[in-house]
Amino acid sequence: MNRIAQRFQTLREAGQSAFIPFITGGDPSLAVSEDIAVALGEKGADVIEYGVPFSDPVGDGPVIQEASLRALKQGVTMRGILASVERIRKRSQTPLLLFTYYNPVFVHGVAAFARDVANAGADGVLCVDLPPDDAREYRDAMRAHGVSTVFLAAPTSPDKRLALIGEACDTFVYYISRLGVTGEKASLSEHLREAVVHVREKTAKPVAVGFGISTPEQARQVAEIAEGVVVGSAIVRVIAEAGGASDTTQRAAAFAAKLADAVKKA
Amino acid sequence: MNNSDISSTTREKHRWPDAQGRYGRYGGKYVPETLMYALDELEAAYRETAEDDAFQTQLADYQRHYVGRPTPLYSAKRLTEYLGGANVYFKREDLAHTGAHKINNALGQCLLAKRMGKPRVIAETGAGQHGVATATAAALLGLDCEIYMGSEDMERQRLNVFRMRLMGAKVVAVDSGSRTLKDAINEALRDWAANVERTHYVLGTVHGPHPFPMICRDFQAIIGRETRAQLFEAEGRLPDMMIACVGGGSNAIGLFFDFLGDESVRMIGVEAGGTKIAPGMHAARFSGGSLGMLQGAVSYVLQDESGLIGDTHSVSAGLDYASVGPEHAYCFEHKRIEYTSASDQEALDAFQLCGRLEGIIPALESAHAVAEVIKRAPDMAATDIIVMNMSGRGDKDVQHAARFIAPGEDS
Repeated sequence: MNRIAQRFQTLREAGQSAFIPFITGGDPSLAVSEDIAVALGEKGADVIEYGVPFSDPVGDGPVIQEASLRALKQGVTMRGILASVERIRKRSQTPLLLFTYYNPVFVHGVAAFARDVANAGADGVLCVDLPPDDAREYRDAMRAHGVSTVFLAAPTSPDKRLALIGEACDTFVYYISRLGVTGEKASLSEHLREAVVHVREKTAKPVAVGFGISTPEQARQVAEIAEGVVVGSAIVRVIAEAGGASDTTQRAAAFAAKLADAVKKA
Repeated sequence: MNNSDISSTTREKHRWPDAQGRYGRYGGKYVPETLMYALDELEAAYRETAEDDAFQTQLADYQRHYVGRPTPLYSAKRLTEYLGGANVYFKREDLAHTGAHKINNALGQCLLAKRMGKPRVIAETGAGQHGVATATAAALLGLDCEIYMGSEDMERQRLNVFRMRLMGAKVVAVDSGSRTLKDAINEALRDWAANVERTHYVLGTVHGPHPFPMICRDFQAIIGRETRAQLFEAEGRLPDMMIACVGGGSNAIGLFFDFLGDESVRMIGVEAGGTKIAPGMHAARFSGGSLGMLQGAVSYVLQDESGLIGDTHSVSAGLDYASVGPEHAYCFEHKRIEYTSASDQEALDAFQLCGRLEGIIPALESAHAVAEVIKRAPDMAATDIIVMNMSGRGDKDVQHAARFIAPGEDS
């Protein structure tokens, strides 16, 4: 069983939700991202979403767009991210999920990509702009290498699509808690609880909720209703505000620890 | 001439896209999940309108009385004489309301938005013509309108920014990435994802996720249908060659589509050669691009070996884009349409020549097509016919062009 599936099973048995922080690989540098990834694992991350920087991140708000741009300026590419995953894997056993846009995967070659992801030691891939409808070849390739495939579900997904999405995800569904792109939000939707119940029922998979969760209090609320809590922009912002200072890793880890604590207390 | 000569056989011979929005291996529907439902909803609404006489009558009425269709097919005699070869015709989309072919699609899609009950439309724009067309159709139909435009393009096309604002549209400057068309599309897609329930995205070219390439092509195909009838009236036969510039590719598909089934008609798409065919200096996807997926569709893309999208350059904002419509990629692979490029300088030369000989100042985009006419016509017989799409007028470009050329001075 791959590490992501394993972790979700362990958490289910313990009655806990997964804390899933996101960072952009290469922001502020690959070396620091690797230190942060290792630290996140130590501070209670159950799965780390490792963002692959892309030139045209249509699914992301300004915070992650800018992080992506900073990483690209350092010359970070898909190959650089795969090498980085390999180095993280030597230091940490925390499950790793690559968060990427489809074109770098497409250009790499789907079959070769699945193989290289598995060899590097990543456990899953989420392609933001690859809906399950056209992803048969991609899923088969990932599964052949034991790599988990995660797809997005949205508030606009009708039941028929939720069923398709559930079938395409092997471990959990990533539910976008609101319309729009990634980013922080002051308050969560009042209807989130019902929405998560509905998505879980229609996809028949555990649900991780992301987009807009930025504080420990919000993380705690979401952990009460969902199997996973994704926090992206808020962590990326802490890293950005550190501006590459020597305590960047410590600051990110301290914030993540508070979030992890909130998720585990729920 | 009997009627069978005049009717198009394209729909029987060219049944693309398939149900998944594919043109062979190109096209498709690659967007974040939030937008998938909106695309399905759009396709369903669009297919309904195809069979709805009231909708079609309304569209035809606006095309005639508001847009001013049919646009003329003009025999460019002085240019023909100067080039000393094929007989050159211009399809005068520059005479359509707002000054370019973009209104055909913008009007169709805004009517569609209204029918779907969406009170707000958004659009991206490069040269500003699609933005102006969308702002115009939105004003006509009483829709809220917001236009995303790269700040670099706002600088190049200040006049069009003012026009959009005059018609009540909000123009949003996009400062991310290269600050041109591609980045404006990214921002429009983000807006659409956030406001999809009450907003329709009027995508301006034959690119993007299915069904946009199909819808835009169908709304633009009126250009070719009119051309067919007009040329049969003038010459009693099909053209030998058709030429159009290709950014996303909507004016080219608009002219070519009805003739794809006519094997004797050669078709040439002209991309932006920029200053040089080298990374970052042009927008000729079929010369320097490779297979990739950008902004919803698989097609040819200017990108690096890691799949990061490359910078592009063209003197013409409307051709300055890193990918090209999937149907063009399909026609390229199957050699139905030939693709070439014209450099910035060739386009600027053609821009001036056309003004001097015909009293028509083409848009810098269309000037790329004129540049190709200048290359081709002299080698053809006087009995041959070239139809070129004069896709837009150059008024919007005079300020920008004045930086590069000094009319009346020999250079």
